[in-house]
Amino acid sequence: MTPVPGVEGFMYPNEVELQWSILIVLYPFITGLVAGAFILASLERVFRVKAVRPTYRLSLLTALAFLLVAPLPLQLHLGRPERSFEMFLTPHRSSAMAMFGFVYLWYLLVVLLAEIWLDYRADIVRMALTERGWRRWVYRALTLGSFNVSEASLRIDDRVGYAITVIGIPSAFLLHGYVGFIFGSVKANAWWSTPLMPVVFLFSAMSSGIAAVLLIYMVAMRLQRRPLDMDCADTVAKYLFYVFLSDFALELLDLVHRIYEADESFRSLDFMVHTRLWTSQVLIQILLGTCLPLALLAAVQLWKWSAPARTRIYWAAGFLTLVGIFAMRWNVVIGGQLFSKSYLGYTSYKLGLVTREGLLPSIALMLLPFGILWILIRLLPPWMGKEIPGHGASPATS
Amino acid sequence: MNRKWKDAAHLIRPAVVFLAGLLIFLGLRSALVPSDFGKWGHYRAGALEEIRSKPLRYAGKETCAGCHVEQAGQWEAGKHARVACEACHGPAAAHAADFDKVKPARLDIASLCSGCHEKDAAKPSWFRQVASAEHSGGAGCEGCHQPHHPKL
Amino acid sequence: MDTSRREWLTGAGKLFVLGFATAAGVETSGQASLNSGGYDVRKHYWAMTIDIEKCIGCGNCVRACEKENGVPEGFFRTWVERYEIKGADLEHPQVSSPDGGKHGFPPSNRADTKQFFVPKLCNHCQDSPCVQVCPVGATFDSPDGVVLVDESYCLGCRYCVQACPYGCRYIHPEKRTVDKCTLCYHRITRGLTTACCEACPTQARVLADLANPADPVHEFLRTNKVQVLKPHMATRPKVFYRGLDGAVR
Repeated sequence: MTPVPGVEGFMYPNEVELQWSILIVLYPFITGLVAGAFILASLERVFRVKAVRPTYRLSLLTALAFLLVAPLPLQLHLGRPERSFEMFLTPHRSSAMAMFGFVYLWYLLVVLLAEIWLDYRADIVRMALTERGWRRWVYRALTLGSFNVSEASLRIDDRVGYAITVIGIPSAFLLHGYVGFIFGSVKANAWWSTPLMPVVFLFSAMSSGIAAVLLIYMVAMRLQRRPLDMDCADTVAKYLFYVFLSDFALELLDLVHRIYEADESFRSLDFMVHTRLWTSQVLIQILLGTCLPLALLAAVQLWKWSAPARTRIYWAAGFLTLVGIFAMRWNVVIGGQLFSKSYLGYTSYKLGLVTREGLLPSIALMLLPFGILWILIRLLPPWMGKEIPGHGASPATS
Repeated sequence: MNRKWKDAAHLIRPAVVFLAGLLIFLGLRSALVPSDFGKWGHYRAGALEEIRSKPLRYAGKETCAGCHVEQAGQWEAGKHARVACEACHGPAAAHAADFDKVKPARLDIASLCSGCHEKDAAKPSWFRQVASAEHSGGAGCEGCHQPHHPKL
Repeated sequence: MDTSRREWLTGAGKLFVLGFATAAGVETSGQASLNSGGYDVRKHYWAMTIDIEKCIGCGNCVRACEKENGVPEGFFRTWVERYEIKGADLEHPQVSSPDGGKHGFPPSNRADTKQFFVPKLCNHCQDSPCVQVCPVGATFDSPDGVVLVDESYCLGCRYCVQACPYGCRYIHPEKRTVDKCTLCYHRITRGLTTACCEACPTQARVLADLANPADPVHEFLRTNKVQVLKPHMATRPKVFYRGLDGAVR
């Protein structure tokens, strides 16, 4: 057989080069963080888990920061980014991808921005009245012209915010679930095509989002030299454990099902996992990125640890979870393109460095949300003075 | 009642912003969607005409036979009657359009014949194929065979 | 009250007539475009037949397609695969397609295996998954059964490339939009055949018009055992193969 560079076995001639790059790995990772952070916020708002209240506003700001960056990897990836608005003009209703623009805008405007505005309104008004210079004008613009912060109006804000969060939960599920469907509904690709895909994506999204907020919260408290609210951290970590465990169970189910049924694609996929995907799937995603953080979090649930020990475990578990979920996205997107649809061959992914879809732009895109988050935290501080802002409370005194 | 309304009035503002955005979006949409989109399906109907207008490179054997009557006659009667002119001579639409200025490329007969007729186990057994080294000792095919009427 | 009601009715009546006339007008002009330059899209339904027993793997079709359609180097609107199968082992065929078979294949003189060539192209499926997943409607089924790409509308998102089970799509490196076999739409709508069929020396590839009762395809389908590629995908392809071996992927 005539050798083609990077190809082992036979691939259809047009299949050799991968279609979707690391940028398409980034997109579900970022929207996953958005969905997960929002679900954490909704834990407090809708399900009244009081302990996680200190992370409520941080979760919303984190979700917003990542959501603003989410379209960028897609734009960078498109062959014709200048035509991307066509998805708004003539969305093809049979295409899951066509949903993107609308689901994104809905979530950004009606869920996130509305909820953030309602929750922060009292503080925005206060800062519009007390700040000086250009900041004053920013806050005045954010008030949208209304300075009514009476008890009654704030109570109404609280009720509307509650309703929005309730709508927001299925919206967050939709925002990330449809990405899972984009992959799961491609019958041509045996690695992707499974009804479990949207569910697995969703649970892994929640895991990554919760882990991200946990880490950001711990970093923020460290930077602000404040003591960590252990009750909050413990509760967040507990939810992370349960959600990640569910995610792991679902992924194991998919794996066991594949091995058991062993359909025509199985041998090819099995070989791929054992060779090209061994490091990224078995070592990084499963062992390092799932089993280890789950073991650490399980240890906290099973035995008593001191606060400093628990904190160190949360640092490790949170970070490993993010690595594991990123690896999962990688293995789905890249892994799904490494094998031939003829099941007779494999290709390799060449990750560039400074190319449009290379490593450096990807790193930049992952750092950007943190920059935006920093600005958002300065603009809309999640924690005013010593008190943790509640809902419907009078303007916090600083 | 009045009091309640006053306390909820601020909610109108984001609603207005949202509505304004929606109207702008709808306006832009009606301006930007191509006018022939959706006529025959979810696509721009004009695309069909654009694709149909792409240039021809191969003229088709009927066009060749229109001028090259003698060669066409030979060819039709021979074993290569099912092999179109341009299968060997390459794309000739430019030549057919301006036959004085544009001439078809000269052919490398040796590689042309062997491309089809070199013996290969994968080729169907009914197909005439030879191992050229044994068949002609490396001599050129056109020494014995006339391509338009190849049977000796 | 009376006057305004009358006015309302008159106005509504005018609108109704106007709307009806416009719709009728659109209908007429729509039909006029459906039949332009002597080619009526409603009278054709294109397909192709490929006879594996006739393919000699010369690569003429691949070269002709490249020249007719300006296919970029390294990408293929059509290609030829060579299969080599040992005994009953249908699970492990040796398959190769050096440069898509563009310059033929290196000769093989093995007598102990079954070998044959399989030309492939876009199957112009009747239920094409590529059309289903396009987010904007840049790829579509034409009324005469050809799956086409509107290259001035395509975003280059590559979803259709992922969705095609046959690997017949690619991204044009310069245009950065999706490209694939158009069944030489610019030729077949002018009464010519496709470039690949024109160049095929053994007539292994033949263009077919299912809507034409006089087309030889009907006899072909009636008298031969035919298969399509990956029937389990239920894409209802319109490229019919005679002599397709079970090992073909």
